[in-house]
Amino acid sequence: MSSLQAVPRIRRGVKCTFDQIRGSHVVLFPEGVLVLNETAASVVNLCDGKTTVGDIALRLAEEFDGVEPADVAELVERLVARRVVDIDVTDG
Amino acid sequence: MSPTAEAPFGLLAELTHRCPLQCGYCSNPLELVHREAELSTEDWRRVFDQARSLGALQIHLSGGEPLARKDLPELVTHANSLGCYVNLVTSGVGLSRERLHDLAERGVDHVQLSLQDATREGNDRIAGIKAFDRKIEAAAYVREEGLPLTVNTVLHRQNLDNIAGVIAMAEEMGAERLELANTQYYGWALRNRAVLLPTKEQLAHADPIVHAAQERLRGRMEIVYVIADYHEAHPKPCMYGWGARQLTVAPNGDVLPCPAATVITSLKIENVRDSSLHDIWYHSESFNAFRGFEWMRDPCRSCPRKEIDFGGCRCQAFQLTGDAANTDPVCSLSPNRSKVDLILETEMTPEVVPAMAMRRIGG
Repeated sequence: MSSLQAVPRIRRGVKCTFDQIRGSHVVLFPEGVLVLNETAASVVNLCDGKTTVGDIALRLAEEFDGVEPADVAELVERLVARRVVDIDVTDG
Repeated sequence: MSPTAEAPFGLLAELTHRCPLQCGYCSNPLELVHREAELSTEDWRRVFDQARSLGALQIHLSGGEPLARKDLPELVTHANSLGCYVNLVTSGVGLSRERLHDLAERGVDHVQLSLQDATREGNDRIAGIKAFDRKIEAAAYVREEGLPLTVNTVLHRQNLDNIAGVIAMAEEMGAERLELANTQYYGWALRNRAVLLPTKEQLAHADPIVHAAQERLRGRMEIVYVIADYHEAHPKPCMYGWGARQLTVAPNGDVLPCPAATVITSLKIENVRDSSLHDIWYHSESFNAFRGFEWMRDPCRSCPRKEIDFGGCRCQAFQLTGDAANTDPVCSLSPNRSKVDLILETEMTPEVVPAMAMRRIGG
């Protein structure tokens, strides 16, 4: 699990866009396409190489109910595994 | 009744079969499309429009060598304007710094560069022309341009022993991904199978090298390893199901559920000059022929692995058993597995290795 201090960043060559056909946010990358739900799309948009996972969770909590930092960390972890985001760790 | 289909995610646009390289395992069909029969620029623009309306988000500009099309820049601009992820699949031959810069400005998102072998000598022997230095240069231009790079190497008996060198070369080229794909035997590769089939010893030597490199390079360069299916007990999950995720448009406008599908001669192939991609994707006989699970026979029908491998490859079933609805014969559960074992026995270490038939249009 990525720590709350981890700073995720969208990888080079990854495109985030809204697909009118599916009515969903999507992430496009060399390997394929990820269709995102609204929460995941907000997380991806905040993977800017500046915001920590903990701060992403705080920002999300302003928008959505029931945001758990651990869930955000797990989602980020999955995005790392799919090579959509990279992590810069500022503090182990 | 048609099985339900989801919208496709990708379009493989084989813009041309013309190519400066002559690799004897080319995935294009033996009967290559001549220049005069290629779709026009307007046709391709319409195909991209229809693919996007259908749901495709990735457009893979491939061939042959897509750089052989004079209208490539215009097609890149168009694909990008639709919001698609634009992937350029190239041999690197003909990719100058200026040309790549222009294509990047127009919206190429990612470059996939083929590498035939780890050394100049090996690479150029397989490619049939002096291409190695062009590839090294092309990789450098891609890096200069700041585009992500995937290096793609097809593995076979002639280069498997150099796999560590291929991995090192891809690292040196600055690739973020390396696709090491064992040859799949259709078209040209089927014709050259006795030259290409790797031995069990070669694979046993290569496998741990690949796995160690995957570990060592984690986070820096992703290595995708496509297995040599003749040597496996289970088939590959070909296309993740027929007509499920991607469609291919051949240079002449033929619309294919998989790039090799013309080998299934019993399949009625549709063309973009006659029908829309929408109609072909959802309603054609060819795209519905092997969708879902209903078409399956045993052993696939009652097999829990059908959700994993979708019965394997229809083209391989057709080529080796004469019926595309049979279980992929590489499967250990297939009643036709003995055909694959016989091929391995006779072609893996043939007494007389035939000469490689080089890929040429009308050659």
